[in-house]
Amino acid sequence: MLVEILFFVFAAILAIAALGMILVRNPVHAALLLVLCFFTSASIWLLIEAEFLAVVLILVYVGAVMVLFLFVVMMLDITVEQVRARMTKYVALGGIVAGVVVFQIVSVVWTRNLGLEVTASAVPHPATYSNTAELGQVLYTQYVYPFELAAVMLLIAIVAAISLTMRKRTGLKQQDISAQVAVRSQDRVRIVKVQAERPTAPASAEPAAASAVPAAPATTGKAP
Amino acid sequence: MIQLNWLLTISGVLFAISVAGMFINRKNLILLLMCVELLLLAVNFNFVAFSRHLADINGQIFVFFVLTVAAAESAIGLAILVVLFRERRTINVEDLSTLKG
Repeated sequence: MLVEILFFVFAAILAIAALGMILVRNPVHAALLLVLCFFTSASIWLLIEAEFLAVVLILVYVGAVMVLFLFVVMMLDITVEQVRARMTKYVALGGIVAGVVVFQIVSVVWTRNLGLEVTASAVPHPATYSNTAELGQVLYTQYVYPFELAAVMLLIAIVAAISLTMRKRTGLKQQDISAQVAVRSQDRVRIVKVQAERPTAPASAEPAAASAVPAAPATTGKAP
Repeated sequence: MIQLNWLLTISGVLFAISVAGMFINRKNLILLLMCVELLLLAVNFNFVAFSRHLADINGQIFVFFVLTVAAAESAIGLAILVVLFRERRTINVEDLSTLKG
């Protein structure tokens, strides 16, 4: 009984949060309400014993995607009024379409029953059942090739997102790595042979000082 | 316990709300992307509900891949959005009519 009550409470929160997300004026509030939607959905998935997906939903969506959304919303400097200028024009149309969609799905699910025993509830798993272990056993054997493809696709997404948003800034002091690597010692250092200077004949006035001066060493001149 | 038709109904309601959100927020590209995320969540609800009901784990595997694709899609979509805003200083959908003949 507790599970049913929790389900209905979560379903109500989910519907209200989704309605709020599409109706609020501020994009930041919309993003936060979408986070609430994901959290509530994860709770419902926990109730129907899809534990791994519930955790993944929170980690991936709330932890990564929605934070990305919030970053972008706050980075783009858009005014709320400019965005919601004539939104009331489409509320009626959107409501009609949503009503038709709900009517169709409810009529299919509650009257035709899809040939399934829809009112029956699934047998709860025993306490030793591990949803993660079962998913992993299928994912890494039967679905290992799609799994690898998904990994490659994520890599492509990373590269695409970075290369799209990266830009060259002018007037920035930065290293040119390839020029640094390609430089040779001949370009930087020039060895100049300098004729050694012979000490001139010591002046008669200061013989001790002149003998203390050593011969000038051969110097290497450096190119600037 | 939770019945299958309750889950399908809440999924349908969620789907309808996000479709209505696409109509209402059709000016703002970033809210459109959020509505797409909500739509995919509604679809995932169906997969999880049927996977649980039919005791078939493959439905949950599919949800896993849908989540992966949705994450990649939103990352690239937001990157395009950022580039667009940098170029045009707007994310209003009606201003993005360069491809219109």
